[in-house]
Amino acid sequence: MGIREIRTSRITDTVKRLCLEATTTLNSDMIEAFEKGLSMETSPQGKEIFRQLADNARIAREESISLCQDAGMAVVFIELGQDVHLAGADLIEAVNQGVRQGYAEGYLRPSTLDPISRRNYGDNTPAILHLEMVPGDRVKIHVLPKGFGGENMSRVVLFHPGAGLEGVREFVVNRIREAGANPCPPLIVGVGVGGNFEKCAIIAKRSLLRPVGRPHPDPEVAQLEAELLREINRTGIGPQGLGGRVTALAVHVETFPTHIGSLPVAVNLQCHSHRCKSAVV
Amino acid sequence: MDTPIRIQTPLSEDVVLRLKTGDRVLLNGVIYAARDAAHKRLVQLIHEGKELPFDLLGSVIYYVGPAPPRPGMVEGSAGPTSSYRMDPYTPPLLDRGLKAMIGKGQRGPEVVHSMAKNKAVYFAATGGAGALLSKTMIASAVIAYEDLGPEAIRRITVVDFPVMVVNDCFGNDLYRLGRAQFETVE
Repeated sequence: MGIREIRTSRITDTVKRLCLEATTTLNSDMIEAFEKGLSMETSPQGKEIFRQLADNARIAREESISLCQDAGMAVVFIELGQDVHLAGADLIEAVNQGVRQGYAEGYLRPSTLDPISRRNYGDNTPAILHLEMVPGDRVKIHVLPKGFGGENMSRVVLFHPGAGLEGVREFVVNRIREAGANPCPPLIVGVGVGGNFEKCAIIAKRSLLRPVGRPHPDPEVAQLEAELLREINRTGIGPQGLGGRVTALAVHVETFPTHIGSLPVAVNLQCHSHRCKSAVV
Repeated sequence: MDTPIRIQTPLSEDVVLRLKTGDRVLLNGVIYAARDAAHKRLVQLIHEGKELPFDLLGSVIYYVGPAPPRPGMVEGSAGPTSSYRMDPYTPPLLDRGLKAMIGKGQRGPEVVHSMAKNKAVYFAATGGAGALLSKTMIASAVIAYEDLGPEAIRRITVVDFPVMVVNDCFGNDLYRLGRAQFETVE
């Protein structure tokens, strides 16, 4: 098989376009999740929130206004085909350039700063880039501008194996209870089980790329997702934490093999402003 | 749901006393945008005994860092940020006349206590509805700390800005009440 050459300027253009689309236009799975949520919700304040979210999504799409003032840090997953040769500027700079252009053209808030001096960089770079090598000669790019209301409420724990699935369930549900209104429910709950310290966090984040509410292909994992969703929606937290039956719209669990001495679990909370777009170059 | 109560800023104690947890409110008039970095500076000024960049008496602070406006717009997307991060800075502001805060998420016990003591109220706006909320803004100007960019203090004039009373000045809390009402106990 031959090597396919791709100019990194195409990566820049694609990242820019995905930043612009993601921050103003929710995917149809989210709009459907709002409609389903509204039909399931019994609390008057919860219903009112669902109506506001639908209005907000329409205004943002029609007028190209950022769905949320927090356009987050730009999380970029790249699946790089191993038969691709990238030509031009280096890949990391190409991605950052796409973020820089997208956030400027979209009138998106620059939220990144130096963690020590707290001085804002003004262009929302750098992106958080997760690079994976895959077979083939294509480049798949996912852009997930992730707000920090949900990010600040996310947690990682390394249980001992004895904690078992019961420990996993308790940890996830307690996290939702403690987070309350802060992560902007109704939520998409990303859960990583297994791996090690960083792997469980990355698979929790990666689970958010899945179409909202699509069950995991492994029936055991899918069952855990369904149980967690049921339990989370019994907490009463509801839309925006004002009380209601729909605290989460979906729970996505991803797993990875782990060590005989550990049971790592990560909960990555995603707000209802679930901005996520993908493209193949 | 009850029809919303339309009120004008700045807020008098009489108005605050009439507001009850769960009330829907439409705010009109001037509100001040300030978040983490601006709060740190305001409280520093108080400690140094210096004058603040705006009059706190009867004022309303909105925890927001707006997105930049497109040409022709007053503000870009402008929804609330999580309020708990402002908790450590809030009681000194309430002691000096701040009457209301707009944000999202639960406040700490010191803030709730200070609200009851100072007759103040905490409103929730819908987090993540920044595009919708920006439509209620008819004027905005940075009045302090321009160097903070999105965290600068802004004087924003709003028309029918929709909020809900979370904490009234009688110690009630909509997050607690709402959750208790809908929690399913086995």
